[in-house]
Amino acid sequence: MTSATRDNKGRPIVAVTGIGMVTSLGVGKSENWTKLTGGISGIRRIKRFPTEGLRTTIAGAVDDVYREQMPPAELSERVALLAGEEAIAESGIGSKGHFPGPLYLAPPPLEVEWADRIKMAEMAAANSDTGYPDLLRVARQYASEHAPFKFAIIGENLAEHFGTEGSPVSLNTACASGASAIQLGVEAIRRGECEAALAIGADASLTPESLVRFSLLSALSTQNDPPERASKPFSKNRDGFVLAEGAAALVLESLEHARARGARILGILEGFGEKSDSFHRTRTSPDGKPIIATMQKALADAGIGPQDIDYINAHGTSTPENDKMEHLGVATVFGERIKDIPISSNKSMIGHTLTAAGAVEAAFTLLTLQNQRLPPTINYAVPDPAIQLDVVPNVARDAKVRRAISNSFGFGGQNVSLVMALEPA
Amino acid sequence: MTERREVWITGVGIVSCLGEGIEATWRHLERGDPPPYDDKSFAPYIVHPLAPLNFDKQIPKKSDQRQMELWQRIGVYAAGLALGDAGIAGKPELLDSTDMIVAAAGGERDVAADSAILTGMRKVAERAPFLNERLMSDLRPTLFLAQLPNLLAGNISIVHGVVGSSRTFLGEESAGIDAVRIAQARIAAGQSELTLVGGSYHATRWDLLLVFEQTGMALKDTFAPVWDRGSHGGVAFGNIGAFLVLESSDHARSRGARPRARIAAVRADRNRRQPGEIEATLRREWDAVAANVDPAHAAVISGASGAEPATSAERTVLKEIGLPVRNTGTYIGHGVEAQFLANLGIACAAIEHDKLFAPAGSGDFGASPSGLSQVVVTGVGNWRGEGLALIERVD
Repeated sequence: MTSATRDNKGRPIVAVTGIGMVTSLGVGKSENWTKLTGGISGIRRIKRFPTEGLRTTIAGAVDDVYREQMPPAELSERVALLAGEEAIAESGIGSKGHFPGPLYLAPPPLEVEWADRIKMAEMAAANSDTGYPDLLRVARQYASEHAPFKFAIIGENLAEHFGTEGSPVSLNTACASGASAIQLGVEAIRRGECEAALAIGADASLTPESLVRFSLLSALSTQNDPPERASKPFSKNRDGFVLAEGAAALVLESLEHARARGARILGILEGFGEKSDSFHRTRTSPDGKPIIATMQKALADAGIGPQDIDYINAHGTSTPENDKMEHLGVATVFGERIKDIPISSNKSMIGHTLTAAGAVEAAFTLLTLQNQRLPPTINYAVPDPAIQLDVVPNVARDAKVRRAISNSFGFGGQNVSLVMALEPA
Repeated sequence: MTERREVWITGVGIVSCLGEGIEATWRHLERGDPPPYDDKSFAPYIVHPLAPLNFDKQIPKKSDQRQMELWQRIGVYAAGLALGDAGIAGKPELLDSTDMIVAAAGGERDVAADSAILTGMRKVAERAPFLNERLMSDLRPTLFLAQLPNLLAGNISIVHGVVGSSRTFLGEESAGIDAVRIAQARIAAGQSELTLVGGSYHATRWDLLLVFEQTGMALKDTFAPVWDRGSHGGVAFGNIGAFLVLESSDHARSRGARPRARIAAVRADRNRRQPGEIEATLRREWDAVAANVDPAHAAVISGASGAEPATSAERTVLKEIGLPVRNTGTYIGHGVEAQFLANLGIACAAIEHDKLFAPAGSGDFGASPSGLSQVVVTGVGNWRGEGLALIERVD
């Protein structure tokens, strides 16, 4: 049964009524959109800590929000909060301190940081070698002067701040996390558990160790100079992604509920697909089958076919492997039509915001629909002859976009695609 | 989507200090023997070790084992047991569409590397470049893969071929409760037919004790049952892997799978943990299911951790509820994200054996009802989150 507020499978249609965003381009979706479509890069030299001895010395950091000594948990919470507040304000849903639905959050995985370990080691002042038993000896004293480490602290604090309902879910599906958060919200509304949900992806965890970890997997670009040219998805000379920070929040709401309260509909989340890959911990199946299945499932869930997609928001990390496999995937799913479907990578400007990326890029996809303008893939100077795609090279352009798909692929075989559209008539 | 379908547990996989598999676990609980614990290796902290396992049985490739740290091996092992128990292990036609929700903590650190860096740092003037240099040379790329929370799920996909979908929930006890809650809700609403849900906890490690010692929560010096650890409480962490296969009853019937039990309800919520709030949330959750519970044939399996004030607050509410109570933490330790999953598995065994296991400590009370057909499983987080589930016999 299809009615005005139900989809062709009889499920409640899920609308987006609020969008909030923070990236290295700035705070707020307006500034982000202006710069993104202006082809401006947020990738800069790292100022937060000395980069001596590191192979990669650039990142897309949220320098506008960072304050001296802010640990990743606090900074991630801060960008999540800013994005959430912007989204809720735009949506006009609920009341101050009460969001009428659950929170689905994709935070960075938190750990005790080096800054903490070093300070604890100083406090312990071991006579010879410093080990964990020394740190444990002073842990309580240290935590009484700082906040004790708690793994789910960001979700808990946000749930308290926004007054979301029920148990806040923090999730991780690696680089697809932000998309998974949205998906969980859509599913909950479709189940009829709630009329609204707040989905946030946030990651502001740039530290020497986070950089080194990805460096050791040879995942990062080392073309540090100039920073803004390092991220070059789909180019022949691409050499890795640029680690970045950011957050995006979406207020998801049943179309029925949104219309009943006269909310402005920013877009529709028509469907999603996910399919895990068992090939390798960091690599995609060489046949691309899982990412192909992910996109096909998303189209099927939305009740549409490849011919209905007007734009692809690529995962487009700028690693040799991802962009090759994503090309194989979209070429298979969309066939001959792929030549006519523009596909661009936001990461060319904002880098890879990791657990936030799926949410940030869904937000940009919704802005693409709203503004009928395609953000470019910048730094596209040396096309890869093996990748024949319209990547919206270097300059944004206007286009008729009724429906778009956003891809997120992550380590651990995580794949999620989201289909978004304009409000149905 | 108002139609709600029945959700069965068709597979249980559990490993802990009590051994491998739900039957070995149950035999120990039934005897009520004192649990194995280790008060030497991490003295003064008390932890529950893992019973010896031959990881080759569930993770045949050594190359796979090398790519994992212990928390992942424990989880992959328990997941394999659950898939085997449900009769879907090695069946790609089913595993291809099997969804997965895993509850995980952060990954493990290389304690030796961390210690060496901290030791070396004492002698250098410029710390930041020293840290950079040592991280570049000392961190192992494979360790990073063991630190990514979603790489337990990733390894389950690789080793067991579960590739429908894969989601990892983060953050202590609530992650396990929410994993079950959402897996159950998805199946009930027709969003999934078959879901592997579980968690894994590697307790015997210094980096983890460092987290919990910050709030003084880890149990020290003297072992005692969960209920009897004094006014400040204490958590004895345990190595636990626990996975369940949840399935729509129709799907299970169509392939001839037997139900171990039905999940009738899962509730989860949070509060600010002001005085009285834990009790209020638990009461509300109990009230939501109480009408469907037959007190003559029901009992509580508690996930009390030993942390205070959570353990005392739960005890207060359990006394009010009045059903017979048994806690598992005294026997298997506290496996944080994995605890709720383990307790659901143990609840299945209780229903199948038609009785409760032996009491341990002053908060366990009541005789085992005859004809045990319903178990309420509680999960009160050590610092946040309260949940409960209602498990029922399928007649």
